[in-house]
Amino acid sequence: MNFAVLQFPASNCDQDAVHVLRNVLGHSARLLWHKETSLGNADAVIVPGGFSYGDYLRTGAIARFSPVMQAVQAFAAKGGPVLGICNGFQILCEAGLLPGALIRNRSLQFRCEHVFVKAATANSPFTSQIPDGKVLRIPIAHGEGCYFADAETIARLKAQNQILWQYADAQGELTDVANPNGSVENIAGICNESRNVAGLMPHPERASEGLLGSADGRLIFESLIHALESKSVAKAA
Amino acid sequence: MSDPAITPALIKQHGLTPEEYERIQGILGREPNYTELGIFSVMWSEHCSYKNSRPLLKTFPTKSPKILVGAGEENAGIIDIGDGLAIAFKIESHNHPSAVEPFQGAATGVGGIIRDIFTMGARPVCSIDSLRFGELTSPEVRRLFSGVVAGIAHYGNCFGIPTVAGEVYFDKSYEGNPLVNAFCLGVLRHEQIARGAAKGIGNPVFYVGPATGRDGLAGAAFASQDLTEESAEQQRGAVQVGDPFMEKLVMEACLELLATDAVAGIQDMGAAGLTCSTCETAARAGTGIEIDLAKVPQRAPNMTPYEIMLSESQERMLIIVHKGREAEVKRIFDKWDLPWAEVGTVTDTGRMMVKNRGELVADIPAKKLADEAPIYQREAREPEYLKAVRAFTLAGVADTQDAAGNLKTLLGWPTIASKNWVYRQYDHMVRDGSVVCPGSDAAVIRIKADSLPQDGEGKSATVDKYIAMKVDCNAVYVYLDPYEGAKTVVAEAARNLACSGATPLGSTDNLNYGNPHNPEIFWQLRESVRGLAEACRAFNAPVTGGNVSLYNQNPNGPIDPTPTVAMVGLIDKLEHVTTQWFKDEGDAILLLGDVVDRNDPMLGLGGSAYLQRVHALKTGTPPRCDLDREKELHLALRSLIYSGVVKSAHDCSDGGLAVALAECCISQQIARETPRLLGAEIDLSAFTGVRLDALLFGETQSRVVISVSAVQAAKVLAQAKILGVPAAVLGKTGGTALNIKANEGTLSCDLRELHDLWWNAIARAMA
Repeated sequence: MNFAVLQFPASNCDQDAVHVLRNVLGHSARLLWHKETSLGNADAVIVPGGFSYGDYLRTGAIARFSPVMQAVQAFAAKGGPVLGICNGFQILCEAGLLPGALIRNRSLQFRCEHVFVKAATANSPFTSQIPDGKVLRIPIAHGEGCYFADAETIARLKAQNQILWQYADAQGELTDVANPNGSVENIAGICNESRNVAGLMPHPERASEGLLGSADGRLIFESLIHALESKSVAKAA
Repeated sequence: MSDPAITPALIKQHGLTPEEYERIQGILGREPNYTELGIFSVMWSEHCSYKNSRPLLKTFPTKSPKILVGAGEENAGIIDIGDGLAIAFKIESHNHPSAVEPFQGAATGVGGIIRDIFTMGARPVCSIDSLRFGELTSPEVRRLFSGVVAGIAHYGNCFGIPTVAGEVYFDKSYEGNPLVNAFCLGVLRHEQIARGAAKGIGNPVFYVGPATGRDGLAGAAFASQDLTEESAEQQRGAVQVGDPFMEKLVMEACLELLATDAVAGIQDMGAAGLTCSTCETAARAGTGIEIDLAKVPQRAPNMTPYEIMLSESQERMLIIVHKGREAEVKRIFDKWDLPWAEVGTVTDTGRMMVKNRGELVADIPAKKLADEAPIYQREAREPEYLKAVRAFTLAGVADTQDAAGNLKTLLGWPTIASKNWVYRQYDHMVRDGSVVCPGSDAAVIRIKADSLPQDGEGKSATVDKYIAMKVDCNAVYVYLDPYEGAKTVVAEAARNLACSGATPLGSTDNLNYGNPHNPEIFWQLRESVRGLAEACRAFNAPVTGGNVSLYNQNPNGPIDPTPTVAMVGLIDKLEHVTTQWFKDEGDAILLLGDVVDRNDPMLGLGGSAYLQRVHALKTGTPPRCDLDREKELHLALRSLIYSGVVKSAHDCSDGGLAVALAECCISQQIARETPRLLGAEIDLSAFTGVRLDALLFGETQSRVVISVSAVQAAKVLAQAKILGVPAAVLGKTGGTALNIKANEGTLSCDLRELHDLWWNAIARAMA
């Protein structure tokens, strides 16, 4: 499969995503500079983590205006899969591709640590290969990862099964202590109504090799690859 | 606005002595003008010239067959790690700026050291920090501490560099004068080494990065004087403002440009900004340099030549480009939307000539300015306080009646307690290389293909390498015995590397002291450098560079002498990477080294955390480190690790054996709010005739706690004997408590309680 990993000024998990897709999972992945207007032959788009434009205005607020984001909008509208990780999740929310917003952690501090997350559903191209009930151990690293949306939006997310990942404890319980940032409903990641665009705050690309302490994050990429190979998501090109 | 007249008062205000001023007149053959006076004052500050410390620095071991760029040659040293790869690393202080404005002071400290690394052509891949503050009971100290940590987090996280290790000490001597020493490590291929030399007569000189403003005026000179209320207030403008987003772009653009071979020389504008970068590049190449200030991008209106030359605005670089390749600079910097300007040329005059709108505003022989600062042999005198230190004995100190309580006190002391409040604010995993994260003896990172700067030919993958690093300094030991204390600083750093499975490659040090004009301070400096040099030699860890920060004192007195040592080592195989926490139930726990040094009248308690916290005594001759024995210990430990039997290894240092054992039981963190606790049953009754506090909390050197599977214990003891290292089985792992039995008493603690005290101590102090 061909992955396009977007590169904004001060994306800083872009190389990590390429490393995992290419060297760990054996697929083709390339960096796509934010001034590009075409996604080329990409089968899927990764919007990686980092501090696009320094996040000085508001996380993701400027990146959404980059030329490449128009191409991503069109790709997503045709059903092409898009996965936003951390800052990528924030950008997708700012771009209106995902509902809600990510606000300052309730600790008011940046947090980098391993957390446990549980897939709330296997019904998505991003979660299908995660065994039922498995608790994934994946790191977070963010200052603004507290997912927020109004009650109506949350109700809709629940009704349409759009919550994909939630912070849990080691036993899979959705406790308050396990919630690292104060996200509503312990939400770690969601998808859009069409289920082809998803975002999450944890970094699966940092948990894809045993030597880094966990390989649980691979299940998320493997779900996406499985979906592409079985053509359950559109090839938008 | 006309320049002020040069008066004795103005000269003094610039930190120059009458003799230094005469020397300047001699070099120029005339009176300097105001701009030139400013240029000399920053270049001849301690920060840039090492005028008080250079003779001492020459005693450091600086050579090994692996050193590709040595100390003092360039912005950072470079060491060969095999397979055509190399690492560049260095530590640097940002103490005074952090005292005045902790957030920006610390942030720009990180930014500055990152620039030193990519200036060498290396891609920065990780940083570590050594921090010191007063005690957290003071609200002002809490403000400084939280500001510094937030500043480091802000810069490093946004830039995208993992902050993988560090140390934090809290001691009254740093109140009002915190220490912020930042270290960065980068990776490159041998042929990618870039030089800070203005080579090639006629080559154009480029300025890249953001415009120059009035921030950070003469910061290098500010760093080279005592810190007082008044100076701090006046010098707030000497603190720069950092922009990590800009630095990330500047780095990517510079590495992209370096891959084109269009660059003849490159240097960052750090301390002393445009002044230092122009005269040093010319001095290194033996050329001259001419620049026109009117072409320098300026952020503020009506800046004077003095201000432009002395500004320390951040994230700026000076690049000398091969003539005819100018278009490549433009193409790449335009791609990254970065300002650039051609500001001058390399000349054959040997002079640094600065023009402003056609007018010559400075004309100085570059080499004399950069390399011929005065050198001082300061007077040294043994400090008075050492008499009392040496006279102190344990006679008046009653043995402990509450070992468990003492252990809890020590684990809950912020200096010993977990630093998770700090490192959880740092992104310590970005770049997918953090094999051992903060919380073990040394950090270990993996170097892989994308750790390297891109190259023109697009060479692909390379073998993975594992690099361990640690920064250490028990400054109380150094205060109580500068020579012996400094040796233990190096020994502890090397021991931490050995515990992680690494062999040292080299070190970088940051010498933080008080005012060197005080003979007692200079004696501390001289004696500790002697100890550092001897120990770095012993461990084959030559010094590749570093930084000297003097004048660290506030009106209450000087800081404890603090020679921070960051040591870097190589681990050959992934399976040799070792962490400090116990792994499995039923494993044997062994001590390598003597349980207590019976030749030490203080039994390892001199300067110990125990005496400081339990008896409020910061005195006594600190434990000595026998470098030969220490080396044998490291060799033995590595050989045991290579043989595959060692499941965990943890060095005994602050707080002694009891604290080390407790840390082995409680320091593994699986995930948020999820520690893994594994108890231990320890029997020390074989060690007779030693007071209980010395046995449990003494800090005798050259000791490591390891765990091995029970069936291997006898074999490991035998092997240790062959390797000439004392070893003993202390007990076994298991259960949910730490139980220690000794002849003089016992200790029993529930691990959940110990973990809570240790893990949350700093958060509670900051709440």
